[in-house]
Amino acid sequence: MKKVAIIVFPGSNCDHDAFYVFDSLENVKVDFIWHKDSDLSLYDIIVIPGGFSYGDYLRAGAIARFSPIMKSIIAESKKGKKIIGICNGFQILIECGLLPGALIINKNIKFLSKMVCLDVINDESAFTHLFKKGDLISMPIAHRQGNYLADSDLIHKLEDNNQIAFKYHSQNLNGSVSDIAGIFNNEKNVLGMMPHPERASDLVLGSDDGLNIFKSILEF
Amino acid sequence: MKAKIYITYKDGILDPQGKTVGGALNSMGLSNIQDVSIGKFIEMKFDPKLSKDEVVQLAEQSCKKLLANPNTEQYSYEIMDEE
Repeated sequence: MKKVAIIVFPGSNCDHDAFYVFDSLENVKVDFIWHKDSDLSLYDIIVIPGGFSYGDYLRAGAIARFSPIMKSIIAESKKGKKIIGICNGFQILIECGLLPGALIINKNIKFLSKMVCLDVINDESAFTHLFKKGDLISMPIAHRQGNYLADSDLIHKLEDNNQIAFKYHSQNLNGSVSDIAGIFNNEKNVLGMMPHPERASDLVLGSDDGLNIFKSILEF
Repeated sequence: MKAKIYITYKDGILDPQGKTVGGALNSMGLSNIQDVSIGKFIEMKFDPKLSKDEVVQLAEQSCKKLLANPNTEQYSYEIMDEE
């Protein structure tokens, strides 16, 4: 039985979607964890869901990073626990330093809410091993600050160490450098991605391509 | 005392908002504006018991730890007496 913690910040709005997906899978116990809590040691998997934590004030994710739960998230990441940050969760993981680079405002300064197609770049990680490299998968994006930015040294490091999980296929709407849609940390136990796999995990929603990410984490 | 804090994008960081506003100004006929960049302005008031050094330190720490993203933004501030 794997235990999953879904972190809830004031302004999270994809927490129930992530809960629903994990809860629909076998041998999982899912709990919501309020951001003021401080102990995640009982959990195997941590989800930082999408939304608008603290209203995206200042910069998306900048204030959530100082929530009490973040110390525990950082501590558990050092133990190798699996952590996935989706959309606002990705922004928070970058702000707290668990993932490198920056996410700035989309190149067209608009909030983008669209179905996109992704290329699977790494098919060996805890999050992606049920895919095959080159698989094309579709899921929605819904963000205003998802334009991934990194200097060329960082891009080389991400490429050399196989830290790029997904790239936008053919249509890079937000302007991310090298079409990057999702990256791992150096040890590959932390994944951050702008697209929403939890909103593409049931055919009723138009795609269940995202489901393999959640299954991958549980089966790893 | 109070601090006026300015946060702007570092050189080379795409500022689509500034670019768009610059384009709009140009199309209004204000054509000699070469570049527009948009940042944040933050005003902070301090406990009057603090010395200027302490105020500078607080402003510096606030910028460094929260207000600016060191990857993409730079900051500057002015410290002044409250009117």
